[in-house]
Amino acid sequence: MECTADTVALLWMGRQLPLSPGHFTVSCFYYTIWNFIPKNLFEQFRRIANFYFLIIFLVQLMIDTPTSPVTSGLPLFFVITVTAIKQGYEDWLRHKADNEVNGAPVFVVRSGSLVQTRSKNVRVGDIVRVAKDETFPADLVLLSSDRAEGTCHITTASLDGETNLKTHFAVPETAVSQTVSKLESLQAVVECQQPEADLYRFVGRITVSLQGEEIVRPLGPENLLLRGARLKNTKEIFGVAVYTGMESKMALNYKCKSQKRSAVEKSMNTFLIIYLGILLLEAVLSTILKYAWQSERKWDEPFYNEKTEQEKNSSKILQFISDFLAFLVLYNFIIPISLYVTVEMQKFLGSFFIGWDLDLYHVESDQKAQVNTSDLNEELGQVEYVFTDKTGTLTENEMQFRECSINGVKFQEINGKLVPEGVTDDSPDGYMPHLVRVLLHQTCTLSSCFFTGEEELFLKAVSLCHTVQINYDQTDGPRDTFLQANGVSDPVEYYASSPDEKALVEATRRMGVTFVGNNGENMEIKTFGRSEKYKLLHVLEFDANRRRMSVILQTPSGEKVLFTKGAESSIFPHARSGEVDKTRVHVDEFALKGLRTLVVACRRFSAGEYEEVDRRLHEARTALQQREERLAEVFSFIERDLELLGATGVEDRLQEKVQETIEALRLAGIKVWVLTGDKHETAVSVSLSCGHFHRTMNILELVQQKSDSECAEQLRRLARRIREDHVIQHGLVVDGTSLSLALRQHERLFMEVCRSCSAVLCCRMAPLQKAKVVRLIKTSPEKPITLAIGDGANDVSMIQEANVGIGIMGKEGRQAVRNSDYAIARFKFLAKLLLVHGHFYYIRIATLVQYFFYKNVCFITPQFLYQFFCLFSQQTLYDSVYLTLYNICFTSLPVLVYSLFEQLVHPHVLQSKPALYRDISKNALLSFKPFLYWTLQGFSHAFVFFFGSYILMGEDTSLMGNGQMFGNWTFGTLVFTVMVITVTLKLALETHYWTWMNHFVTWGSIAFYFIFSLFYGGIIWPFLHTQDMYFVFVQLLSSGSAWFAIIIVVVTCLFPDVVKKVLYRHLRPTSTQKSQVIEAYPGTSCLDSACCFSEGKSGFAWLGRLVERTMSRCDLARVTSLYVIFYTSEQHLFIPSVGTPPNPTPFLVLSAVRNSSMQW
Amino acid sequence: MASGYSAKEEDGHHSGALGPAGGAAVRSRKPDNTAFKQQRLPAWQPILTAGTVLPAFFIIGLLFIPIGIGLYVTSNNIRELQIDYTGTESSSPCFACSQNYSWNMTTPCVCSVSFSLDQPFESNVFMYYGLSNFYQNHRRYVKSRDDSQLNGNLNSLKEPSKECEPYRTNDGKPIAPCGAIANSLFNDTLALYYNDPNGTETQIQLVKRGIAWWTDKHVKFRNPVGDDSNLTAIFQGTAKPVNWQKPVYELDSDPENNGFINEDLIVWMRTAALPTFRKLYRIIEKNSSTSPTLPRGNYTLKITYNYPVRSFEGRKRMILSTISWMGGKNPFLGIAYITVGSICFFLGVVLLIIHHKYGSRSSSADLTH
Repeated sequence: MECTADTVALLWMGRQLPLSPGHFTVSCFYYTIWNFIPKNLFEQFRRIANFYFLIIFLVQLMIDTPTSPVTSGLPLFFVITVTAIKQGYEDWLRHKADNEVNGAPVFVVRSGSLVQTRSKNVRVGDIVRVAKDETFPADLVLLSSDRAEGTCHITTASLDGETNLKTHFAVPETAVSQTVSKLESLQAVVECQQPEADLYRFVGRITVSLQGEEIVRPLGPENLLLRGARLKNTKEIFGVAVYTGMESKMALNYKCKSQKRSAVEKSMNTFLIIYLGILLLEAVLSTILKYAWQSERKWDEPFYNEKTEQEKNSSKILQFISDFLAFLVLYNFIIPISLYVTVEMQKFLGSFFIGWDLDLYHVESDQKAQVNTSDLNEELGQVEYVFTDKTGTLTENEMQFRECSINGVKFQEINGKLVPEGVTDDSPDGYMPHLVRVLLHQTCTLSSCFFTGEEELFLKAVSLCHTVQINYDQTDGPRDTFLQANGVSDPVEYYASSPDEKALVEATRRMGVTFVGNNGENMEIKTFGRSEKYKLLHVLEFDANRRRMSVILQTPSGEKVLFTKGAESSIFPHARSGEVDKTRVHVDEFALKGLRTLVVACRRFSAGEYEEVDRRLHEARTALQQREERLAEVFSFIERDLELLGATGVEDRLQEKVQETIEALRLAGIKVWVLTGDKHETAVSVSLSCGHFHRTMNILELVQQKSDSECAEQLRRLARRIREDHVIQHGLVVDGTSLSLALRQHERLFMEVCRSCSAVLCCRMAPLQKAKVVRLIKTSPEKPITLAIGDGANDVSMIQEANVGIGIMGKEGRQAVRNSDYAIARFKFLAKLLLVHGHFYYIRIATLVQYFFYKNVCFITPQFLYQFFCLFSQQTLYDSVYLTLYNICFTSLPVLVYSLFEQLVHPHVLQSKPALYRDISKNALLSFKPFLYWTLQGFSHAFVFFFGSYILMGEDTSLMGNGQMFGNWTFGTLVFTVMVITVTLKLALETHYWTWMNHFVTWGSIAFYFIFSLFYGGIIWPFLHTQDMYFVFVQLLSSGSAWFAIIIVVVTCLFPDVVKKVLYRHLRPTSTQKSQVIEAYPGTSCLDSACCFSEGKSGFAWLGRLVERTMSRCDLARVTSLYVIFYTSEQHLFIPSVGTPPNPTPFLVLSAVRNSSMQW
Repeated sequence: MASGYSAKEEDGHHSGALGPAGGAAVRSRKPDNTAFKQQRLPAWQPILTAGTVLPAFFIIGLLFIPIGIGLYVTSNNIRELQIDYTGTESSSPCFACSQNYSWNMTTPCVCSVSFSLDQPFESNVFMYYGLSNFYQNHRRYVKSRDDSQLNGNLNSLKEPSKECEPYRTNDGKPIAPCGAIANSLFNDTLALYYNDPNGTETQIQLVKRGIAWWTDKHVKFRNPVGDDSNLTAIFQGTAKPVNWQKPVYELDSDPENNGFINEDLIVWMRTAALPTFRKLYRIIEKNSSTSPTLPRGNYTLKITYNYPVRSFEGRKRMILSTISWMGGKNPFLGIAYITVGSICFFLGVVLLIIHHKYGSRSSSADLTH
């Protein structure tokens, strides 16, 4: 988004201003039907590979090249089309989502009356009417609602997933304009900042002219109704549109996220460069050799093959360049054009499997896994560091009030009653808390004297200091009267953006101080049945830096009080009175139990004090510049000299299977770091309970470092301890302040300590610090792949920073989910996501990439070799149609299907043996060695194809039974046929998981090649000026020798590969290969013993037995023994099979092996 | 390959049972529990281990060795005789002809080469001419033809394709057939005589039909059809290729072998893959079941020496060969099969032994545990 004019947009109320069109230029990645083709083409050709092929295509058009432009034009067209379709589809989905909002009918005030129009026609400055349960068509500044005080409720579920009701306000001056006619007479100017994506920030001001007097009012997010949000509990509102269409915050948030590139893509680009080098080398070599040959006239221009006039006359240098380009074109297929499109398709289609996975589906919340970007699928298999948030990620984020400390006395909640510590309440009817609560409620009403003043004040503070909403929908209507008639005293439901607040408000209700609701500017609570109204003067919202929130209220007696609650570190320093020390001890005790603690305090204002507070608040809120800084300043001015009331302890349950998941990740070689905002003790106790820290671990601490030098000293001490004691596992605890010290000067030392610790816990972390830690690890010399997982807005920065960001669909809104690459409902799903899906995607894409380069080396090297036999005249070996279709038709589908369905190991095994993940770590399948192996294999296969055919035909004998001869096209076709078969079978050798689709495309591809060739060669093609291929294929197939040659060449190519695979499997098996054996049928699982031939599986069982017997190593009894041998890492396990072979249940096997798998 | 189909078990998912209770109106987002979506498609999962490939090794070995022997024997039974008549050496009978060469020689230069057959050639004998160092696969050469003209298209006859340059027109008249390939048609005439022991020389009947691909002769190459059935009239207004002595409609007296469908032309037009090639020239058919086609004895090859090869250091050969079902003499296939088969078999045995030892050692070690 660019803004050409000044940063402030001027709007006139009541009439449209011609100022706005053209004022902003929209530059988001949106296509329309009109600009789709040019814009998409431009985007695509910015990609280096596509650009390269475009150049090749243009070269072919310009100069006389051996292949027709079609050979590279058609694949390029295909690739561009497929990518365009994919991008068009994704854009269409966005459009569709947009149109739901865009096409909706909207009422706009125009020329004194309500006019219906479509929401896309809403212009900046229009006054829009929105009725209950409608969505807002644009970002509106609220002018008035049907309520006198000008408030309305909205939900922003579609924007950030927060389902709670939020109250938004109109400025009092406009709130009275509740009808169209009144609005028409309204004179006002709205000024606002330029459009910005942040949903929670808005700065503006409104100047209303009332009877010639101009009143300026600040506008903030609480005045802004966001497009896409929904009006609730309010009959209708009027608002003026300030950002419409592409400028609305919702649209800005659709902006293409920063592109993350996976490690596979990076190595793919490296390979591309290497191949580009090979290509250039081959082209240069060919050109030089061509000129070496041409120096003699008898080769350059023999009598039978004279040059044309044009060739004779053109300049030498031009000739040289055009020769070089021609060779470049001839060999250009070595860089596979279809690689990108296949990779795109694989990623796009493959990513569906994550969403479809039942194991990643959470029944309770009806959430399935969500893929926001398919570019990083394979990165899931490469993770080395996991950074996880604690609250809501490791824990349920389902808060339960447990304990509190009031004025230095510790209380526990037992059956809805606050009981001072030490007093045990063994009420027998714990099963019916509801009834008890009702009962208690009544007794408490009578015995409110039980509560001392402090306690009551504390409870009131807790029940007033929050931003909880009540859903009115449930309070009116017949259902409620029914409920109340039935005596169910639970008519209200609280909606809160923070679960802590909800838990606290619910807790005070149980204690007898009920929050009834806030209508308008009043908050109403019922203290033991007695209703009290507090006027809400100000809310000092929570923010992560301040780590506290406050409300300023006017009590029924007229007193002005500030209630504040927040983290103990942000309250204690400002507390002036109250039992600070005792409370501090209690808070620490709570934290040790793993409870989340909040400290509550209050401050009473004198009238003068309040006036100043009010004035300064107002000033800060209306400021147009640096509003946030000024607000923060004012807040800290207000929130001081506090009177400590007490502290609360809220329990957050661990999610299920967190311990197992963390353990699995650790076995997979992944280091888990917990980053949390919680305090040290809480974090450590949760870490211990979730298995992140073991009891046996030596826990090192780097906390409360005050100075730089002290921090360095401590770091050195820790490093020394780790060196001295390297047998035991170490865990490290760091807190936010120490971390920032450590990062400032001693990054390397800190990294060194961190890397040798098996578990690291960072507590008291600010959101940006989380991102910093992630970046620190990400950019360390080894460049490990990092994964961040979290559920809240405070995790967004780290999710965006990490290589892979995972959002938990939790209770803290959807911001994390929106900014993540993948979203899951529960932490435990991470294990399957990484160990199974990551593994699958990685092996799939890695083999896909290697295979693609391999098959194109096979394809083009014979072409290169042929030049040595045709005077480097750039004669193609294959026909143009074959050149074109090789990558598109003949060899494309098997590898695509492979890359969608391949599974090296059964998902169960992958999950039960996390160590298998190590086999693919560090981009193992795409490192230099496998790459070299594949490339050399490609070259050697190409040599076998070419020279196999050469020896067969080059002996210049007839290959046909009638003595007739073949020509050059038959030779090329023979090489091509052998190549298509070999390349397809090579993939078949790599395939471990043969579904019917693999069979279909593998054999189908070969069959298609034959059918196509028969068809292609069976017709005299009109419009083609050469008929080179006419009946060539049929003649080739009619030759017996050709068939024998095809078979022997294919076998010769693949045979060494099979031998190598077998030898490696036996001599140096990877753990993946071992687990394949376990997984397979028992009959095949005892392959290392020749005795196992007796299982009857092998057609050569008799031979095996023969050898066994002749060597008398294996008596018959052993051969037919009922033992099934399983091959594990170090030893064989003997498990008596149930009944005789062939088919003991694999599950028995799995469970047995799982027990033993821990050993290795 | 061992292992079999394993329809994967249901993984403990019971569809329907887990859905949100009572949510009849609310559509659950629960993914479908289908084998496809859960990546549980039934699949065959072969593992390449010694056990699975050993049988394959043995099968390949046992199949390939006999095949190879068969191919080798077949190839060895083929009789083949090559005679180089280039005449670059002064001792060669064709030395004189090769020296005084020019395309438009009026009196043909004829030379004779004598040779003898130690063994008779049974069944049909195929007569080839062979050229070396002749790059029929040069790109400029390969594309220098007009298939549409050769297919009898009248437009192309008068207006040949630009690819034919510089052999497209001569003196403003289109060349038929145009292009470098046609222009360089091999024009030596070979005749074979059998020297009877009694001194008489009998010419051996050479059949010139059946030397080109059937589809080329009948579909791909066609004479242009005009109002007149006379080829001479149809080719009126075209020029003969520069190097030819006769125009295309005078290639042969037989109308079925004249013009574009002349088989010598068709054979030549199928460009060879490599610079050393041979092309089928004539067929000597077996005419009696008792006597061999070419009996033992002395023969004379009479060459009307027209085709110059000295300028590019080429060689010319005449080849006589019998044919089996697999074509001419080609020992390579047989040797390749025997080699690969033996290696397979050998590796199979080695693997078997290694695995027997390896397997029994490790399993006996386990038994003691």
